[in-house]
Amino acid sequence: MRKKEQKLIITFHTTEEAMEMEEFCRQRQIEGRLIPVPRSISAGCGLAWCASPESRQMITNAIAQAGIKTQAIQECEV
Amino acid sequence: MIYLDNAATALKRPDCVKTAVAEALCSLGNAGRGAHEATLHASRNLYSTRKKLNQFFNGESPSQIAFTMNATESLNIAIKGILNPGDHVITTVSEHNSVLRPLYQMEEKGIEITILPCDPKGRIASQDFAKAIRKNTRAIICAHGSNLTGNLIDIKAVGQIAHSHNLLFIVDASQTAGIIPIDVQDLKIHVLCFTGHKSLLGPQGTGGIYVKQGINIRPLKTGGSGIQTYEKNHPPQMPTALEAGTQNGHGIAGLHAAITYLQDTGIHNIRQQELKLMRRFHQGIKDIPGIKLYGDYDTDNRCPIVTLNLADWDSSLVSDQLFTKYHIATRPGAHCAPLMHQALGTVEQGAVRFSFSHYNTEEEIDTAIQAMKQLAEESSIQP
Repeated sequence: MRKKEQKLIITFHTTEEAMEMEEFCRQRQIEGRLIPVPRSISAGCGLAWCASPESRQMITNAIAQAGIKTQAIQECEV
Repeated sequence: MIYLDNAATALKRPDCVKTAVAEALCSLGNAGRGAHEATLHASRNLYSTRKKLNQFFNGESPSQIAFTMNATESLNIAIKGILNPGDHVITTVSEHNSVLRPLYQMEEKGIEITILPCDPKGRIASQDFAKAIRKNTRAIICAHGSNLTGNLIDIKAVGQIAHSHNLLFIVDASQTAGIIPIDVQDLKIHVLCFTGHKSLLGPQGTGGIYVKQGINIRPLKTGGSGIQTYEKNHPPQMPTALEAGTQNGHGIAGLHAAITYLQDTGIHNIRQQELKLMRRFHQGIKDIPGIKLYGDYDTDNRCPIVTLNLADWDSSLVSDQLFTKYHIATRPGAHCAPLMHQALGTVEQGAVRFSFSHYNTEEEIDTAIQAMKQLAEESSIQP
């Protein structure tokens, strides 16, 4: 198993919100990808956007400006 | 076969729909379940189709559209999930059982129903909706187009009445979505129920419900959602709130392709072709001795449907003759619209419905006209 790395993790209320995030980031060429929500964040299921912690400010500003809905934005080891 | 039963379901569909379904069958995982490529592909399919439908109906947000298997399911969700005991609802004799039966079920739980009558041509006057409003009226529920007569209800006017009296406006667009533009915001529609397999030209088993933001509907089904696994209650956020279990991703891929086809071809062009064919048929058969027509043919503001009987002949026999002798497919009998049959006096005889697609040809229409003329002659009806 690979070594865990610190990542920016963005979670969503619904799968639709996650898909909107993916589409938004692809259009803006913002790096990252959808992953299963890490258990350290939620014991449930669903999708999360995973990106480098360095991109936090840039992504946060971009999605706030575009009105992309999220549940939580945090960093953790995945 | 000459297929003139398009109001029941489309038979000929664009090639892109078949291709999309076939490709989906080979590539889609289960949407919202994990994050591998196949499941993401499935989630993207649902997401992009929602966006397309939202654009098509000018909804407020793609998230406000939930997929269902057909308009019947959508109407059950709306009627059973919104109304409460003590609520009064206004509907019409024009309704399909997909509206009436859920309403009758809710009547047993304490809702009150007013059913508006029609005139001899099966038309519902929009001002009658306003006259029927009571203190406890909660909603107006009506079909945009009658599946029996093809008549349209003026939903612009009815939407305005609902809006000015602060009522919910729930529309059954089974017969109109795909051939008549529907702008839910302009028409002040709160809930739009549609099916994918008729004029939207998608596969059977596809459909949806648009719900205006701020309207909460108790879910008809609860279960797997891909999110909030450890919550006892189904997630309340749209569209998940009204979707439980695996969605019909394969069919929805076909629906996506179908909407793209409609947008590329242009609904206006499709409608003009269908009306032209309907008019050709109507002109060709209206003066045949013994023909009885149902519906308002004085206007083009109608669905591409011609419903008739031949003298007192059983509609099932006429339809069967059309198929066995001429290979023409029509729908006879009762059309799941019991109150309209009562209003038109066709409970015993039923009615033969011819419903047209833009894929039909003038040759096919002429064959159907000749078939009706011959059947009339053979029935010794002509003088």
